[in-house]
Amino acid sequence: MTGFFHSEFFHNYKRSTSAIIGSALMAFFAFAVLAGPFLVAQDPYDIAALNLMDSYKPPMWLEGGDPRFPLGTDGQGRDVWASILYGARISVFIGLVAMIASCTLGTLLGLIAGFYGGIADAIIMRIADIQLSFPSILIALFLMSAVGTGIDKVLIALTAVGWVVYARTVRGSTLSEIEKEYVQAAKVAGLSNRKIIRKHVLPNVLTPLIVIATIQVGTFVLIEASLSFLGVGVPITQPSLGLLIKNGFDVLFSGLWWTSVFPGVAIMTLVFGINLFGDFLRDELNPRLK
Amino acid sequence: MTTQIKSKPLLAVQDLHTHFHTFAGTVKAVNGVSFEVGAGEVMGLVGESGGGKSVVGFSILGLIDSPGKIEGGQILLDGQDLVSAGENRLRQVRGREISMVFQDPMTSLNPLHTVGRQMDEVLCLHSDLDAAARKQACIDMLESVGISRAEERLKAYPHQFSGGMRQRVVIAIAMLARPRLIIADEPTTALDVTIQSQILKLMRQQIADKGASMILITHDLAVVSEMADHITVLYCGNVVERGKTRELIETPTHPYTRGLIDSIPDTAERHDRLKQIPGSVPDIRNLPKGCNFKDRCPRAQALCAEREPTLTAQHGSLWAACHFPLKPGELA
Amino acid sequence: MFGYLLKRLIQMTLVLWVVSVIVFLMMSFTGDPVFMVVPIDATDAEIAQARRLLGLDQSLLVQYGKFLTSLVQGDFGNSYVFRQPAMTLILERMPATVEMVLVAMALAIVVAIPLGVYAGANPNSRISRVIMAGSLLGISLPGFWVGMVLIYLFAVHWGVFPSSGRGDTAEFLGLRISLLTWDGWHHIMLPAITLSLGTMAILLRMTRAGMMEVGRQDFMKFARAKGATRRDVLYKHGLKNALIPVVTIFGLQLGDLIAFATITETIFSWPGMGKLLIDSIYRADRPVIVVYLMLVALIFVVINFIVDIVYTLIDPRITLK
Repeated sequence: MTGFFHSEFFHNYKRSTSAIIGSALMAFFAFAVLAGPFLVAQDPYDIAALNLMDSYKPPMWLEGGDPRFPLGTDGQGRDVWASILYGARISVFIGLVAMIASCTLGTLLGLIAGFYGGIADAIIMRIADIQLSFPSILIALFLMSAVGTGIDKVLIALTAVGWVVYARTVRGSTLSEIEKEYVQAAKVAGLSNRKIIRKHVLPNVLTPLIVIATIQVGTFVLIEASLSFLGVGVPITQPSLGLLIKNGFDVLFSGLWWTSVFPGVAIMTLVFGINLFGDFLRDELNPRLK
Repeated sequence: MTTQIKSKPLLAVQDLHTHFHTFAGTVKAVNGVSFEVGAGEVMGLVGESGGGKSVVGFSILGLIDSPGKIEGGQILLDGQDLVSAGENRLRQVRGREISMVFQDPMTSLNPLHTVGRQMDEVLCLHSDLDAAARKQACIDMLESVGISRAEERLKAYPHQFSGGMRQRVVIAIAMLARPRLIIADEPTTALDVTIQSQILKLMRQQIADKGASMILITHDLAVVSEMADHITVLYCGNVVERGKTRELIETPTHPYTRGLIDSIPDTAERHDRLKQIPGSVPDIRNLPKGCNFKDRCPRAQALCAEREPTLTAQHGSLWAACHFPLKPGELA
Repeated sequence: MFGYLLKRLIQMTLVLWVVSVIVFLMMSFTGDPVFMVVPIDATDAEIAQARRLLGLDQSLLVQYGKFLTSLVQGDFGNSYVFRQPAMTLILERMPATVEMVLVAMALAIVVAIPLGVYAGANPNSRISRVIMAGSLLGISLPGFWVGMVLIYLFAVHWGVFPSSGRGDTAEFLGLRISLLTWDGWHHIMLPAITLSLGTMAILLRMTRAGMMEVGRQDFMKFARAKGATRRDVLYKHGLKNALIPVVTIFGLQLGDLIAFATITETIFSWPGMGKLLIDSIYRADRPVIVVYLMLVALIFVVINFIVDIVYTLIDPRITLK
């Protein structure tokens, strides 16, 4: 463990302002997501706790604001800050779970394509290529319109879109490892496929996967937000940050901006933090530049 | 330092220091190098990879980019210092008075421009010829380096040439503006062995034709012993020996030079193993006290770890930086 | 050359066919469109009759066969909502979307390329760092949210730009184009800016990466050794090389713009095919959804093809295979 703190990785991390800011933002969100709801007085989804008299209060630094609701309230009297904390939970949850699912599915398909080649490889790669020539948001939109709304459906749609990049990377890695002479020699000596995967393919493919996975969480948060904004994402009962923005959109023209602007700032901060750190990871773990 | 050559030298490098400031420390790639090249002469610049030879070449043309910087010394072209000259002056020098041949012909040429365009560029920069005259000059030059159907070839792209042909194009570009000095940085290292001698012959012929001088940078002593009039040996950024080719090869005084010569495989004699210089080049960011070569030198003594040796005259034309140089006839 | 074209044509047709199968399957398994066309109080007999009229009582394979034949003929049936041919509806709205996408792309290129070149040529300058931080922010923003912020600031608060709708149009070659009127430009600015931001950021980053990559290449130094100025080397030698990777993603970016236009059009009530798609999804107007998807698939396939051709024109090392 202490070895890590002496490593070149950590040394460069300390010197990189963007990496520190990025990981700080991510840590902040992790904390907000886990502990947030316990720190906020009002549970925005408990109808009993809401008071319609509190509706549409502006942020506390503006005239008419209320220090109980630092970022203002929405049409139902919900504290915007509390809504953001609850919403962030959902957004992050979706992003993380979808990433794990995509990664698993994609890696599996990539391994199959790489090891068994032939028809399996041809089919998997063809589908991947066709998928890649279309924008992910459109595919996700189309899927959601077909299967209906709901968190589970969103997860399926995101996984269906996200597996491709893992499959290609892993397949590439697998193919190049198989070609290597020491692997072929080991195979002749009886090394099983499973062992090859474990000892040769996975270690090599791990670092690119980490970079891809990190950034993908951010990508998924954005896609889910767009889907929810269009009304084909999460249900109203479990509003993610995207849905919050949508709800605020209707009153934007009346000048009531805080219900939609602040959740957007939250998304932006989260994804920005992820991208900052992801950039740093990519530069660090990219063997080509070393 | 007294000059080696009677007449005024074309190029005189004096106490050149080029350092690279990296995160991991300052690399003193060129650490006090001096030599002279006279008109019409070929000087070999020899040393191991990473020893700073290429850096010398780039320093002369002022092509050292950050994090590198020329920290001291003078480079006198006909008596005029290039280190303190402005970028405008340097641009006049580059390609016209001093030109350069790079090591890897596969990457020296822009893949998106035709060969003709890349040749034309030199003439546009350094001559007043009109388009037709420039084209003719390029055609003549291509033919002179041994590329047939020159007019057609002008319209071709670099990837349509083989490695050896590309290097001929590079040489053609280097010679186009009739430079007085050519810096050839490992011009044959990236080429097939069979092509190497062709290219060397071509270069020798070109400079003889035009009366130009050449600095031939290489790690290959065999090449340099054929081509060069005199040789400068570099180790870890310092000149360890220099002198006329014949004398240096036959009766070297510095143990490093001796080691380089000994490691050339000699097909005439039969030995069990190839001779090599033991050990490896020290970390250039952390050079040891005293002589840089002491850890690999069979003759090293206590003094070598204490004081850095300076270049002193040995026999004949040879100068060496060593506390215990070899005498002629001594083996090691 | 001809062999290559033929091969690509077959490939493109194959992709479109696969897409048609997927679209058909998805549409068949979701909801029952019969309820879109019959009134609430329809009797069972009327429902059955409607089913027969729509051809929904036949086997999947037959339905697909009919689907495919009508597809090839360009007949997608009538919209359930508008009772007009779905194809006509989409085509009517296409110019509006194309306008916005083109302006957005033009904006993105005009801003991103020069900034990217600068950032790539001077990677350590303070300005470059700011540019790069900005571009990172650009890819972290939810596009629709930016649109909303712009609407609030420029339309609601300051009243400089209109908050929705398309401007006046003039006719050109039989199409109604709003770019030919001042009012048209006035309306298109906010949506186009919103749409362009994501692509702008990506193009900027790729251009910078390309310039930095090219700066490391030997031929750049060789050009300087000839006596060329730093500036000439950067622009005459480096730029074209650096832009090659940018061209490869250009097609994808154009596709992304068309996709994100759906969201932008919704926010700004821009009467393009994207807004029509979203509305149709809400109203389960199947024929329109199908037309949109097939048309857009065709556009993407053609864009990719064109980009590949352009790529071979730029890089003499690449030949058509």
